[in-house]
Amino acid sequence: MDSVELCGPAVPDFSTHPGLAAGVAVLQLAASRYLALSEQEKELNQRLRSLYPAVSDQETPLPRSWSPKDKFSYIGLSQNNLRVHYKGHGKTPKDAASVRATHSIPAACGVYYFEVKIISKGRDGYMGIGLSAQGVNMNRLPGWDKHSYGYHGDDGHSFCSSGTGQPYGPTFTTGDVIGCCVNLINNTCFYTKNGHSLGIAFTDLPPNLYPTVGLQTPGEVVDANFGQHPFVFDIEDYMREWRTKIQAQIDCFPIGEREGEWQAMIQKMVASYLVHHSYCATAEAFAKSTDQAVHEELASIKNRQKIQKLVLSGRMGEAIETTQQLYPSLLERNSDLLFMLKVRQFIEMVNGTDSEVRCLGGRSPKSQDSYPGSPRLFNSPVHKASNVITDHLCFPLFPGFDSNYCNGVSSSKGHTSAHSHKSCPPTIPSPEPGVLNGSRGQQTNVSAEVEMEVDHFSNGVSESSSNGFLNGSSTHGIDLEECDADMEVDSAQSKRQLCGGSQAAIERMIQFGRELQSMSEHLRRERGKNSANKKMLKDAFSLLAYSDPWNSPVGYQLDSIQREPVCSTLNSAILETHNLPKQPPLALAVGQAAQCLSLMARTGSGSCAFASVDDYLH
Amino acid sequence: YAYDFVLSFVTMQEVTATSRHYVDRLFDPDPQNVLQGVIDMKNAVIGNNRQKANLIVLGAVPRLLYLLQQSSSSLELRTECAVVLGSLAMGTENNIKSLVDCHIIPALLQGLLCSDLIFIEACLRCLRTVFISPVTPVQLLYTDPTVIPHLMSLLSLSQHTQEYITQIFAHCCKTPEHQTVLFNHGAIQNIAPLLISPSYKVRMQALKCFSVLAYENAQVSMTLVNVLVDGEQLSQVFVRMMQRDKPIEMQLTAAKCLTYMCRAGAIRTDDNCIVLKTLPCLVRMCSKERLLEERVEGAETLAYLMEPDIELQRIASVTDHLVSMLADYFKYPSSVSAITDIKRLDHDLKHAHELRQAAFKLYASLGSNDEDIRKKITETENMMDRIVSGLSESSIKVRLAAVRCLHSLSRSVQQLRTSFHDHAVWKPLMKLLQNAPDEVLVMASSTLCNLLLEFSPSKEPILESGVIELLCSLTQSDSPALRVNGIWALMNMAFQADQKVKVEIVQALGTEQLFRLLSDPDTNVLMKTLGLLRNLLSTRPDMSSHGKQIMQAVTLILEGEHSIEVKEQTLCILANIADGNTAKELIMTNDDMLQKIKYYMGHSNVKLQLAATFCISNLIWNEEDGSQERQDKLREMGFVDILHKLTQASDPNLCDRAKKAMQQYLA
Repeated sequence: MDSVELCGPAVPDFSTHPGLAAGVAVLQLAASRYLALSEQEKELNQRLRSLYPAVSDQETPLPRSWSPKDKFSYIGLSQNNLRVHYKGHGKTPKDAASVRATHSIPAACGVYYFEVKIISKGRDGYMGIGLSAQGVNMNRLPGWDKHSYGYHGDDGHSFCSSGTGQPYGPTFTTGDVIGCCVNLINNTCFYTKNGHSLGIAFTDLPPNLYPTVGLQTPGEVVDANFGQHPFVFDIEDYMREWRTKIQAQIDCFPIGEREGEWQAMIQKMVASYLVHHSYCATAEAFAKSTDQAVHEELASIKNRQKIQKLVLSGRMGEAIETTQQLYPSLLERNSDLLFMLKVRQFIEMVNGTDSEVRCLGGRSPKSQDSYPGSPRLFNSPVHKASNVITDHLCFPLFPGFDSNYCNGVSSSKGHTSAHSHKSCPPTIPSPEPGVLNGSRGQQTNVSAEVEMEVDHFSNGVSESSSNGFLNGSSTHGIDLEECDADMEVDSAQSKRQLCGGSQAAIERMIQFGRELQSMSEHLRRERGKNSANKKMLKDAFSLLAYSDPWNSPVGYQLDSIQREPVCSTLNSAILETHNLPKQPPLALAVGQAAQCLSLMARTGSGSCAFASVDDYLH
Repeated sequence: YAYDFVLSFVTMQEVTATSRHYVDRLFDPDPQNVLQGVIDMKNAVIGNNRQKANLIVLGAVPRLLYLLQQSSSSLELRTECAVVLGSLAMGTENNIKSLVDCHIIPALLQGLLCSDLIFIEACLRCLRTVFISPVTPVQLLYTDPTVIPHLMSLLSLSQHTQEYITQIFAHCCKTPEHQTVLFNHGAIQNIAPLLISPSYKVRMQALKCFSVLAYENAQVSMTLVNVLVDGEQLSQVFVRMMQRDKPIEMQLTAAKCLTYMCRAGAIRTDDNCIVLKTLPCLVRMCSKERLLEERVEGAETLAYLMEPDIELQRIASVTDHLVSMLADYFKYPSSVSAITDIKRLDHDLKHAHELRQAAFKLYASLGSNDEDIRKKITETENMMDRIVSGLSESSIKVRLAAVRCLHSLSRSVQQLRTSFHDHAVWKPLMKLLQNAPDEVLVMASSTLCNLLLEFSPSKEPILESGVIELLCSLTQSDSPALRVNGIWALMNMAFQADQKVKVEIVQALGTEQLFRLLSDPDTNVLMKTLGLLRNLLSTRPDMSSHGKQIMQAVTLILEGEHSIEVKEQTLCILANIADGNTAKELIMTNDDMLQKIKYYMGHSNVKLQLAATFCISNLIWNEEDGSQERQDKLREMGFVDILHKLTQASDPNLCDRAKKAMQQYLA
């Protein structure tokens, strides 16, 4: 939500007061400017996002204007700190003055670009455009000092941390647009003039440079474009070239010295993934055809599969019961897990899907939000820094949800669409609180528990998506032999009711809530405070505060997609008791790759910009 | 060694024996056996050049062609035959020659009339392989006029037919006639949709077709700009193909298409798709990262693109350090490659000439108009030395490009005075002029013209090197361009020259040749000859020897159908003659000539009036012997009245000149 935009209509309407017309006009002008600014701001955000998708604006903000704090006193700023003019005497080089941008150029840009338009060359046109590190003397033109680089208009020379320039390009003057491009992959820089590349100016650039301009004589005025407007030079085209280069490098990366080694490893990873998520039929068939051993008994896999199906279809009571039957000591030893399952059970009761309330329901207790299919996500070992990766196939009815960074889309309001059963609203808990905007605060807690989701290898949730990984029975939604309850989707249902609409069910739910409350108190007495548990419970109970929980700010909890982290946590816990890895190696590898990329961004390897893990997860 | 020889001999015999077996099976009476034989043959020849050669020697080709053409053969057999023939064509150039000699082309073209797609594709694949070979005469595609339309109709059948046919077109379109034939049969409409084919190969070959079709062809280019592909202008499709993530081959070919369309006048040189897309793309093709072949093509295309446009030259000269980037073209084979890698050395050597000539061409184009760019070029490391050594390279292409470059730079007064003189470029240039093909001679002599301009310090040493004979011989050339340059150089040489030099020129050229040049069908030659005459007669000429002939020639020209410029030049000569002592009589005694002068004084063209007045003014000049008689005679003839009228002329020069002449009478 753009807060600036909201201010627009808030301008008071004076037009009813006669005699105030002039004031109104001024105010309206101010308002329109304000709106125009917000338009510009929007365009800037959009352009920066599309140019530098790998940059996390929270960790490493991009330059957006000149810094009023980081400039010499002879520099004046105006027009939202984008216009720079000289206001010194301009008698000698000692009167030179520079200004830096608000932020340094993040390495995760890969390729960074900004343009400067010469509004007026002033008296002598001694203008320098370039880069400098934090702390470089601002009483100078860019390029004259160590860690400072500039291209000067009067002679067209480039200055590489030296008072003497090298012949570089043409001179520039009023009306010219000069661009400066930093390549953070090979640490070079080139300039452009009126959209034409002038060739490499600097090599071996240090990291963390700031866009910088310097002026030296009266009347010199320049405007910066950090992405507020379209660039004159086709920087996207240049970036395309580098993206292709980096991707070719990845594609050509030498793998496995010995023949078959690589293939065997891939097969192992796929097999372990299938086993992990209990795609037993597929796993069996795959193991057979690739001649591998499965490290878990088939019965055990089937058991896990059964439990997972129960969880994913919202039948938590049965899921807990089955778990207790099959793995007697698991939940006893892991009371936090049990609590989490019970909270989920409570939510499913509200939803009307839990088995306990379904049998109490007066009318045909159809699933309110069925969830056919198998588990569709796996956990990554990476907690904080990784991205939520969504599988487009899983959201066929939600066009536009295609970026990891558009979490803002899934504000709580987005859940109103939950009426449609097949559309899975993108309430994906994000492990990256920084990316979230404020309205999703509640969800971040969940994410702390569930860690990263990567579901690109997942099963197709919707019937419209056919997925090679699907288990044999999945076209029917669920294996009816194993789970005897009917699971068909009741898409005709127009209005959902609390606990399926049955009074008995509501009573049961309230009773269960009390039990849960006491369990929580018990846990606290025994194990001390657990803020996550507390929050979980509070959120779940909050559902009752609304007449229509599904359309409430906490309604996201009712979404079937929220079963996935629960399911995955339970699955991991079961696997651990069998001394099997908590994470499938495939998820581990994907997580590691993502982690590696963010590490590259932090250590200044620009190539991370063009190597998103997403590009390789189709 | 002996052992090796024996072994290979044995293998050879074995191969021949098995090959014989394959050929024999083609004559089996059972069609099923024949088919199996052809299939076995197919499997045997794949990737085996020796086997291919053997089968050809043993006469497999005519039999395969017979089977292919026989309507009694099964479609399967005919297809397999085409496949084997296609495989044979994939071998050496000799294989192709043999196949062409066996008339494979008409046979395969005939096969295209069949309705079976698989068979058609097999025939096309083989035709493609044959046609893209340099040993196949492309004319064979055009002998039967029904072939091209039929190929056009086959384009819609499949991606394979599209790929093969466009590849054939792209290779066989070599002349304006070929372009016209393809154009008239709807090549543009048929091929344009293929630019967005899902197959990269089809897109690429279609693109190549457009580059060969548009080259120096205004009709095609003008049509291309109006073509829409899926609602998008063709030029925009080409621009998209130049995106930097596209394969280099595609970027380069798309840039060629736009370059040719621009040069043919279909796209303006200031269009964004040229200035911001095509030009930068071609500059990128010149970068060190590209393959040597790409760098050559890139530089040549860029040179061609900006040749006529100073703005493009200026932009290119500052784009990506192009001028210094080109200096790298001269560093092959590099010393590193020679030591480390024989294969690389071989590769470098092969391309070294091409690289050098491409760089010279691009420098020539860059420097053809702008003085600053010329300065930048001559200041590039060792540039003048490179040109000098390029002038005497063995490769004629390099020599030609080097002299083109020198010619371009010689348009600079500054360079003529400095670097040209410092590096004594006239020496290799003179050497080049001694014995070179016409195209080199044209450029070299044109450069020489500039070196002979009066302010050029090279003029003196060139004169001393006996250049006059050489230039005179050029004036006798069959090539108008050479005749112009020869006479032009002589004209420059005669400008303000010593009497000695003038005499030398006249003697070397001979009056006969001079008159021949005055009746030259090429106006340029005529103009420069008149210019030479004017320069020769500029300082009080002594007309004793050739006076009569010159007067005759002048009369001839003034009476003939010539342009204003020619007549003006002629009147100037007359004026120069009128300045000489003995020569005055030649005019004064020629009433006919005087009438002509009178006529031109009243002409509607000011330039001619001025030149004629100048002539009269010389005749009546006071301080010279006999001026009184001449004045009297001319007064009788009514010249004073005319002069009087001209003092009222609106043109200030003419008015001034007439007044000065009148003063001669008054004095």
